[in-house]
Amino acid sequence: MANTMQFDLVSPERSLASLEATAVQLPGADGDMTAMPDHAATITTLRPGLLKVEAPEGSSEYLVTGGFAQINGDGMSVLAEKAIPVAEVTRSHLDDLIAEARASHEAAKAGDDQSIVDDAAKLLADMEALGTHMSL
Amino acid sequence: MPNLKDLKNRIESVKSTRKITKAMQMVAAAKLRRAQESAEASRPYAERFNAVMAGLAASVGGSDSAPKLLRGTGSDEVHLLVVMTAERGLCGGFNSNIAKLARAKAYELKAKGKTVKILTVGKKGRDAIKRDYGDLFVGHVDLSEVKRLGYTNAQDIAKDVLSRFDAGEFDVATIFYSKFVNVVSQIPTAQQIIPASFEDIEGDDSGAIFDYEPSEEAILADLLPKGVATAIFSGLLENGASEQGARMSAMDNATRNAGEMIDKLTIQFNRSRQAVITNELIEIISGAEAL
Repeated sequence: MANTMQFDLVSPERSLASLEATAVQLPGADGDMTAMPDHAATITTLRPGLLKVEAPEGSSEYLVTGGFAQINGDGMSVLAEKAIPVAEVTRSHLDDLIAEARASHEAAKAGDDQSIVDDAAKLLADMEALGTHMSL
Repeated sequence: MPNLKDLKNRIESVKSTRKITKAMQMVAAAKLRRAQESAEASRPYAERFNAVMAGLAASVGGSDSAPKLLRGTGSDEVHLLVVMTAERGLCGGFNSNIAKLARAKAYELKAKGKTVKILTVGKKGRDAIKRDYGDLFVGHVDLSEVKRLGYTNAQDIAKDVLSRFDAGEFDVATIFYSKFVNVVSQIPTAQQIIPASFEDIEGDDSGAIFDYEPSEEAILADLLPKGVATAIFSGLLENGASEQGARMSAMDNATRNAGEMIDKLTIQFNRSRQAVITNELIEIISGAEAL
């Protein structure tokens, strides 16, 4: 089957998915990207966002918060810090994540390192955008 | 010779001890299965993570621009030992084996004239090391309130360790935990986490040249702190499985010993009961003969 590739999604606590996929859309650090079979070998970090997997059996979506993806021609693995199937995500999940991001933003503001503040602000914005996007 | 009443009490008390150890053994067996499952579930992440890191480290590692977490601070004067043990006892040699390894390491480092600092995770290890190296403690992480170990627990510990590293408190960090092999065998292990070493890990052998988004250095700088958390997390999980395994076999032994003791005491009890009866009979017979 040349038009599918092995897709693995693992988090530190468990392995969430391991299947043959035709295309995977992922929130890369420098922008969203879609990986299909025979994609150039790439390693990218992820920002919080939605990961869409399209497989012959149907597509699925996951909420990921950071981590990285390793793409080879014949397969890809996503190592997410936290990954939740979208069907299981509730508003309270998201609220927790937003609260966490906000707390780290506040903590960063107390410090004097501007780059950390910016990072935290970006994280917070990403989280909030995610909520709107998922229309929860 | 203890009298009958004493023996009876003794047998009762050993019996209730056996009940407790038996129950603990069964609880440990149930918990072991869960701990083992989560340890296994975390393995794919750790393996892939390390493979990617090994590849990255190999390509960036040599240069001077490599992050401190990989390159080290340039000296190895101050060592931080992160000793991870259980919160509870009654698990055979589990806690003391880890503590022994950590103590030996601390002794060795001190003999070489290095400065040693100790961060303990888990109460039992702290108690075991306190007498010899209590003055070296710099912190303690209490996990006794944690019902189920999650990645966030490891992240918290990693955050603590990293902030100490950034503050220049130490040069080299080593974690101590017990690797789970099977129920009867757990190997106390020391693993250096800062600076990260990937020498014994197979890199990605696909030979592919990767595009990096963003740059190689940025990814490495982002991933190294996560590597610390990942190493601590797998150490904690291995520890969890080891603890339950060690407790299970320790309680199995205790239950068996209690059983043997009950048998021995019961024989002793029956003998003395018979001796008492024989004694009474002799007294009655000789009394009757005297008339």
